[in-house]
Amino acid sequence: MNRLDTGLIERLEEKFGEAVKPRESIDFTTIVVDPEHLLALAEFLKAAEGYQMFNDVLVVDWFPSRPRFEVVYQVFHPEKIMRLRFKSFVGENQPLPSLVGVFEGANWPEREAYDLFGVVFEGHPDLTRIYLPDDWEGHPLRKDYPTGGNRID
Amino acid sequence: MATKEMRAERDPALTDETMVINLGPQHPSTHGVLRVRLTLDGERVVKAEPVIGYLHTGFEKTAETLTYQQCNTITDRLDYLAPMTNNLAFVLAVERMMDIEVPKRAQYVRVLFSELTRVASHLVWLGTHVMDLGAMSLFFYCMREREVILDLIEAAAGVRMNPSYFRVGGLAYDLPEGFHEKVRDFLKDFPRWMTTYRNLVDGNPLINERLVGISLLDRQTCYQYGVTGPNMRATGLALDLRKDEPYCYYDEFEFAVPTRTQCDAYARFWVRVEEIYESMKIIDQVLGKISPQGEYATTDRKVSLPPRDEIYGNMEALIHQFKLVTAGFPVPQGEVYQAVEGPRGEMGFYLVSDGGPKPYRWRARTPSYYNLQTMPIIAKDGLVADVITAIGSIDIMLGDVDK
Repeated sequence: MNRLDTGLIERLEEKFGEAVKPRESIDFTTIVVDPEHLLALAEFLKAAEGYQMFNDVLVVDWFPSRPRFEVVYQVFHPEKIMRLRFKSFVGENQPLPSLVGVFEGANWPEREAYDLFGVVFEGHPDLTRIYLPDDWEGHPLRKDYPTGGNRID
Repeated sequence: MATKEMRAERDPALTDETMVINLGPQHPSTHGVLRVRLTLDGERVVKAEPVIGYLHTGFEKTAETLTYQQCNTITDRLDYLAPMTNNLAFVLAVERMMDIEVPKRAQYVRVLFSELTRVASHLVWLGTHVMDLGAMSLFFYCMREREVILDLIEAAAGVRMNPSYFRVGGLAYDLPEGFHEKVRDFLKDFPRWMTTYRNLVDGNPLINERLVGISLLDRQTCYQYGVTGPNMRATGLALDLRKDEPYCYYDEFEFAVPTRTQCDAYARFWVRVEEIYESMKIIDQVLGKISPQGEYATTDRKVSLPPRDEIYGNMEALIHQFKLVTAGFPVPQGEVYQAVEGPRGEMGFYLVSDGGPKPYRWRARTPSYYNLQTMPIIAKDGLVADVITAIGSIDIMLGDVDK
């Protein structure tokens, strides 16, 4: 099972103060971070804490509650074999900083998040649709996107 | 053919023009419907951009409309060459959320089938990869051996390709009679054949010429892009979730994690070939641990279906059956990420539950998607023929990439 990084939360709280909050989780360390500190946190985790392996970026849509999107980032510590999850909550038209500068692997998952949820990442080198055609309307993984039936014009 | 002379420094007088061509989406060596937009300077690749989405089926959206037990069938179709490891990642994630105790024998059977699919998947990779390099006959041999494994899967699950044999709480059915003997027969014959096939490629100058020093993928790039599995192990790091984050009692089995340090297509090739032998060792050990018939699922009737004869004679069992089939079981609120070591790397599921019988968010972290992202790096500055080597050597599966 997953190992926990003892003392990490304290170190993060010391550096980022109120901007990071630990969140209870059944699998591994989870923290919630303010969108403004997201980039700094990712850089700190990679450079100082050794979480240098990128794992995933994904979005959860909590429609109709606000803020609507929960953007979840997962990183991996290849030497200590530990995982870490940090997430930010953003509203519908609120951009997030892109993590491509820190983890290049975030490129496609962020494009996917843009394609299927409409979350915008600022500073992304090529924020275009990845799965769907460029002229597709809407973002299918949003909870208010219909699952069946044909549109009648 | 890509010879050393052609890879030598190019003549600057000949390089004032580039050309863009599409490799795929309908090209046999792209292993499905991958399209690579190649910017070429003569025979040399200046830029290689993979364009994906031709097989996008919206699994993540579909899963949100299905109950957890039904979602299992979707996981088969992600990486359809290794359906069992996908099943495993998903059922383990749900079991972790619900805190279900699965009988040890069922876990061992899961290990058995995970390793069988790993061998089957690596055989398809070996056949197609070598076929891309120009050797036709090995493909037929590999497919023949894979057929034996598919027969084993069919004997247990009833279907060959999309078995959904692992269910939340255990297995769908018990092993059929005489299954142990069938697997033992396979274990007896297969290593001999495998060594024959190995000898076809081992030291073959044509194969070596196409693989050695081609499509380099170093460890830092792997970290940056989240590349896992044999591609990662070819950089010298023995990162294997079966060892590092053991699930299904993998820590009770003795096996080695093959690694290479050269980071090239040749290293990835041999890591996979050696993994086949390691999987055989695990299968052999599992057979010694499990009884031919026995417990195959939890007896917690809130998640696993009661057996048929119980339904006909017991009112409570009938109610459970009805509830499970029509409504499914509720999963406690929360989120979980569970990863297993698939043939292509870290296969994980991130599930979010709102307390209902259907997942609120169903995210598949499919290894090929992250591995393919390194394509622009590993194909750069090579020849067009090396692009084919690159695609084969990172072992992508388009069902896995496009979801």
